[in-house]
This record gives sequence, structure tokens and C-alpha cells, in this order.
Amino acid sequence: MRARAVPWLFLLPALLLFAVFKYLPMAEGIRLSLFQVRPFLGDIFVGLDNYTRLVTDERFQDAIGRTVLLAAGQTFGSMIIGFGLALLLEGHARSLWFVRSAVFLPVVAATAVIGEIWRLLYYPAPEGFLNTALDFFGLGPWTFLDHPDTALWSVMAVGVWKGAPYDMVLILAGLAGIDRQQYEAAAIDGTSTWQRVRYVTLPALRPVVTILLTLAAIRGMRVFTEVYVLTGGGPAGSTDVWMTRVFTTAFERNEIGIASAGSVLLFLLTFVMTVIVQVYRRAKEKV
Amino acid sequence: MSVSGRSDTALGWSNDRSAWFSKAVRVLLCVSAVLVFCGPLLTIFSGAFDDNPDPTKLSVVPDNPSLANFAAAGRNHIWDYLLNSLVIAGGALLLQLAVSVFAAYALARKKFRGQAVVLLAVLTTMMLPEEVIAIPLSLVIGDLPVLHVSLRGTLLGVILPLGAWGFSIFVMTEFMKDIPVEIEEAATVDGAGELRIFARIILPLCKPALGVVAVFGFTMIWEQYLLPLIVADDPSDYTLTVALLSLRSDDQVGPGIVLAGALLALVPSLLVYLGLQKSFLRGITTGAIKG
Repeated sequence: MRARAVPWLFLLPALLLFAVFKYLPMAEGIRLSLFQVRPFLGDIFVGLDNYTRLVTDERFQDAIGRTVLLAAGQTFGSMIIGFGLALLLEGHARSLWFVRSAVFLPVVAATAVIGEIWRLLYYPAPEGFLNTALDFFGLGPWTFLDHPDTALWSVMAVGVWKGAPYDMVLILAGLAGIDRQQYEAAAIDGTSTWQRVRYVTLPALRPVVTILLTLAAIRGMRVFTEVYVLTGGGPAGSTDVWMTRVFTTAFERNEIGIASAGSVLLFLLTFVMTVIVQVYRRAKEKV
Repeated sequence: MSVSGRSDTALGWSNDRSAWFSKAVRVLLCVSAVLVFCGPLLTIFSGAFDDNPDPTKLSVVPDNPSLANFAAAGRNHIWDYLLNSLVIAGGALLLQLAVSVFAAYALARKKFRGQAVVLLAVLTTMMLPEEVIAIPLSLVIGDLPVLHVSLRGTLLGVILPLGAWGFSIFVMTEFMKDIPVEIEEAATVDGAGELRIFARIILPLCKPALGVVAVFGFTMIWEQYLLPLIVADDPSDYTLTVALLSLRSDDQVGPGIVLAGALLALVPSLLVYLGLQKSFLRGITTGAIKG
């Protein structure tokens, strides 16, 4: 009797915290998404009304579109630049190790800190930091976060800047796993560097790249902090994404039911994406 | 043997003296990479220490070094925010580590009915994005089940939801599975009790995994934004990272002060990363491939 209780005693803290702070809110979120929430007056059951109101809301549709664009841009941008960095910084020399450590720093810094620094770098006047740099190349001044046409791209650039070094580390791990004899064989065959990268390196990296792309795409759908600190969804709603929309709906317009419906939809989407990826990976491993 | 040397890397970087041109290109690219990825962070340092009347002109070196920004930031309660952040980071990290090693011990070293279900429940929380449950979580924190206590506006309201983290339970479990059973069996024969085996034998063997879990736990907690924001009742409850935004929106507060705050929020991350870099990189590769 006592021995049987032992594992459960060890699990108790974790299960208790998960139940209260993960599963209960999840269930509560699903419940609230079916109600018109009225504090102190009593909630009214509205069925799927919140969902229909949400998906027919133009601002929400636009937000979804921007979320997808932002997620795709950050995912592919980080991947391409991360790949370039990995190729550049591959090797055992101590100096390369130093450069790699330095380049990795944006990953470690908190998003809120990064948001503040980029807001200042992006200062839209000609004397701003980045505009001064652009002026050196005969470009600019650009408006960056200050104009609806450029704000989303500027947010995306920050995401790529923070994401690329992370991808670099994983691609470096992938590069280290490539059999050196393949390179030697390629060299004997007289291939060019480009052919070597194209026909030896890239195919060998495919598993790492697939994982990175899918994880980043899923994470990208729930982007919040970056957008919230950089633009707060503005100017003129031009960077409003799924989660900032949900946040505004819940905490500024107090429409908890509709906001919950938005959260549940986002959860379903990321959940389905995760399951598809997992099933696909299992199937691949078995082959 | 220049052929084998050139086969060390995908691009075939060479150490030959004759390849001075490609070497020069590489050095140039490395310098630009460091500038692009570290430059923005360096401007935090110079900006925070710069008593600059025109704050839009950030530079990499302070024009007029001073500590005025920190003094002014202190008048804007920056140290209180930092204290909030540090208490939350310390408390949540300790709780997270304890919860993870306990749960992992049961999952990795015991066989019991319902084990698969528990494992699934833990893994499912990893697919449950924090952002998605933020709204109902804020309601739960305002009125805890059974106890009917509100944690709103308390540091505990931020600490407790961070206490159990699927990733760290998962990493600890995987690690503990690899400890040979014989070690435990020998101790059982010697008459050691359950807690003794756990504390004296299993735990000391888990040090490498504890490093990984601690470094990721810290980064995850320090990165928290939405949670402290929704738990806060009043700006004085803010963590340093959340406070940065309200400092910036305050007209009385210049960028120098915001940068001083940003620097204080950056330094702990840098220290943890530089101190435990190996654990960090190991965690990224295992975490991404298994998660």
C-alpha cells in the first residue's frame, strides 16, 4: 500500500500545479468561449456565437493574415541567415568559437529588452541610429516602426535577428554530423564549393531543417511579446497579430468570451500543426 | 594534405597561406556578423552610461560617461522592479527544479499504473502555449479553486504557474532513465529509505542535467512577459522587463533611463549564458530534436 503511493507522492507537486495552472485554465477557456461573459451579472450561454463573430470580424481576419506572414517571414528569414552564419562559422578554431558565442547573444536576451533597444535603433528621424547607418550607404531615411507600410517588416527583421543565431546552433550541430569522407569524395570528383553545398551538405541537413522550420512556424503563430513591445499592434493596426488582437479584446474591450474563442482557435491550430509534424516524423523514422 | 584540411567544413575553409583572399573575406564577414548581432546590445551599454542630451543618437561608445541614468532610473523605482524580477526568478527556478526532479524520479525510476497517462499529461502541457491560456489563467489567479484566494498582485501569482514546466520534467526524466538500476538496488539492500536514495544517490548523479534545466528554466522565467503583466494589479507589481514599456511611455522618462533598465534586465541573462554556456548549447540541441 505504502510502496504504491510513493510515485504519486513524488508526482504530486507537478500534477497539482499543472492541474491548477494549465488544465483548469484550458477547460475554463473552452467554457468561456461559449459564453457571453458579464462580470457580476452572470454569463449567458451563446453557443458558437463568439466563434462566428470572431471569424467574420475583419480586423481579426487581417490579424490572422499578418500572423501567418510574420511567422513565415521570420521562420524562413532566420533559417536562411542562420544557415549562412553556420557555414561561415563552422570550424574548431578558438576565434570561431568566440565569434559564435558573440553572435548567439540575441537569443539569450529577453524579448522585452530587445524590443526596447530596437525601438531606439529604429528611431524614424534622419538622425536615428539605423538611419545614420543607411545614410552612409546613400539610403534612407526610413520610417521603420512608425509607418503602416514598413512596421510589419521592421518587426519581422527583429524576429529574424533574434531567431537566426538559434537556427545557426542547430545547423552547426547538423554540419558537425556530416561524414567528412563525403566532402573528400566530392573534392576528388572535382566539384565546386557550390555543388558540394548543394548536393552534399543540404541533403544531409534536411532533417534538422524540417524540425526547425516546423517548430518555428508553430511558435511564430503565437507571437506576442515582440509585437507588443515594439509596436503594440500599431501604427493604425498594421502590426496587429492574433495574440495582440486577443489581448486587446480581453483586457481593453473586456470581451472575455470572444477573446477566449480566439485563444481556443489558436490552440487548436497549433495543436493540429504539432500532431501532424509528430505523426510525420514518427512515420519517417520507421521507414 | 590541403585536401583533407579543406574537407573539415562545408564551405572548405582553408588554412593555407596561399588562400589569403578567402581568409580575408571570412574575417571581414565574421566582423560584420559580430557587429550586426552584438552591436545593438552594445548600444544598450553605451546608452545606459551616456548622459546624452540627444538620446536619438545612440553610439557604441558613450560620449559623456555618467551614472546619471541609473540614479534617475532609481527614482523611477527601477530597483523595486529588479527586485521583483529577481525574487520571481529565484523562487520560480527553485520550485521548478524541485518539482522537476521529484516528478522525474517517479517517471524514470518507478513503475506504476497510470504512468503512461501521467507522461502524456506532462507532454501535453508542452503543446499548450502559455499565450493561449493567458486569459482564463488570469481568472484562475484571481480566484484559486477550493482555497478561493486571489494571487493577483502578488509575486506568488507569477511564481506558482511557472513552478511546473513540461520541458524540464522531460529532460530530467530522460536523464534519470540512464542511471543504472544496480546503484539503487545496492542502496536498497543496505537498507536506505526512499528519500535517502533519492537525495543521496540519484540527485548527485543528475548534476549535468540540472545545469541544462536550470539554465533553460532561468531563461524561460526571465523571458516571461504576458504572465507578470496579467498578474499585476498595479504598476508596482511589474517585473523589470514589463516595466520597461511603461517607463518608455512615460513622457518624463528619457531613453537613457529606459536603457539603464534594459541593461539591468540584460545583465542577468548574459551572466547565466556566459557562465553555463555548455549546458545551454547542449540543451538546445537535445531539446529541439526530442521536443
